[in-house]
Amino acid sequence: MTKPLLEVEDLRVRFHLRTGTVEAVRGVSFQLGRERLGIVGESGSGKSQTGRAILGLTPPPGEVTAKRLTFDGIDLLTASTKTLRQLRGGRISMVMQDPKYSLNPVMTIGEQIIEAYQAHDKSANRKEARDRALAMLEAVKMRDPGRVFALYPHEVSGGMGQRAMIAMMLVTEPDLLIADEPTSALDVTVSMEVLRILDELVAERGMSLIFISHDLKLVSSFCDRVLVMYAGRVVEELEAKHLREAKHPYTQGLMRCLPTLADDVRPLPTLNRDPAWAR
Amino acid sequence: MLDIQKLKVVYGTGRLRVDAVKDVSFHVGAGESYGLVGESGSGKSTVLRAICGLAPISGGRVLVDGKEVKDPRDKAFYRTVQMVFQDPYASLHPRHTVDRTLSEPLAIHGEKDVEARILQALREVGLGPSFRFRYPHQLSGGQRQRIAIARALILRPKVLLLDEPTSALDASVQAEILNLLDELRRKMGLTYILVSHDLAVVAHLCDRLLVMRHGEGVEETTAASLRSGKASNAYTQELIEASRGFSRDETKAASATAP
Repeated sequence: MTKPLLEVEDLRVRFHLRTGTVEAVRGVSFQLGRERLGIVGESGSGKSQTGRAILGLTPPPGEVTAKRLTFDGIDLLTASTKTLRQLRGGRISMVMQDPKYSLNPVMTIGEQIIEAYQAHDKSANRKEARDRALAMLEAVKMRDPGRVFALYPHEVSGGMGQRAMIAMMLVTEPDLLIADEPTSALDVTVSMEVLRILDELVAERGMSLIFISHDLKLVSSFCDRVLVMYAGRVVEELEAKHLREAKHPYTQGLMRCLPTLADDVRPLPTLNRDPAWAR
Repeated sequence: MLDIQKLKVVYGTGRLRVDAVKDVSFHVGAGESYGLVGESGSGKSTVLRAICGLAPISGGRVLVDGKEVKDPRDKAFYRTVQMVFQDPYASLHPRHTVDRTLSEPLAIHGEKDVEARILQALREVGLGPSFRFRYPHQLSGGQRQRIAIARALILRPKVLLLDEPTSALDASVQAEILNLLDELRRKMGLTYILVSHDLAVVAHLCDRLLVMRHGEGVEETTAASLRSGKASNAYTQELIEASRGFSRDETKAASATAP
């Protein structure tokens, strides 16, 4: 592997609250090349905060520290707001969980994609931007791109909205895409369709992908490598295809506690949380 | 125990008319557990809401214990049928303590022995008496859903309508709630109707199920045939495949999912 695209070492995200300091991410380290990395954990494990911290989107009063947080040689912690703004949406973009809350409700889908494109390619005129947006809508398998272009977010279904958001995030041809639970708000069959599109585009364009999800099964079938997070730490890192051989009791427990169609276990094994996992 | 005959639910009129449920029929025997599966908008939750009076019955009949339900539902109905909702963060009153939440159904139905009943209800769902005077924000998601189940069970109903009872919960908490529901049904001889989009959850808890799509029943099948991957209907087959996770070699066009 050549030089990694993203290097994260000892990343910490703290929130100083009235009731004390909460450390949401406690020393996460990983390197990312041209690959699909999955981050899995339950709610409150810090997986989303890890993704947000990379983009500098930690909400105030959050504080981010790290020994090293670099993207393609650029130090993200000391970078100016201007540099960050160029990176965000340009070279690193993020697909959020729910299209209902993440798209601008008073702008048509086409206008939003054009806005994203023009924000990063100032030389592009409107005609070019429009063509790019339409091509992108076609790339995410919209049946009638011209029609969807003129629609408002409330006029499209959840699956279409999520595809529109993927189109918007990929129109600038980023090097790294962070997808934070991109399919949790969607139905199973629709989410498979969205994942297939995402998979194709990532493979075609040679992007790196960070896929954040609570669904261990889904992540292991989609990604190359998986980080399992618990209470703000990475408890286990493994190749997705070796998930069955997971060593950590938390990973094993997470896998076993899901009911499956394949066999009928009852009662379902539950997870006994060992305080030592959180240390 | 519960008979649904050609149930129709229609919202709005004229141009705004939406047929949410179209001629859905099924029968659930006493002590049985029945599942309704489908995507969002398939009308599965609407069926539950129509049974307990939260949605209008525009056609067809709903029979509980052989008797047609009255509109509005009477007290006797709610002694027989209770519902547990999807999101335990939204279905508990944020400014009522657990004690108040649980005592309300008892007060409405003029029950005595409130204190003992509340403590017993807490015990049944695996929570101790220390939870009695807590507010919902002092509970975790799984504990909240336990309280919602306790509230539904406190009147000793025979039928429990479960609307996606675990989809707002983490996987490990989901396992705990599913085990609890399984155990309660065995102990109290309850009848369940479970709505879920997760085939594995339905197969775990139910013996028979109805696959719904666009307001219609597509196929009635059993958990056993789901497990063996047998489905006569193409849509059910698609759901089974989707529940197995993402697969890269799948070349099948996504056209079947489009409306």
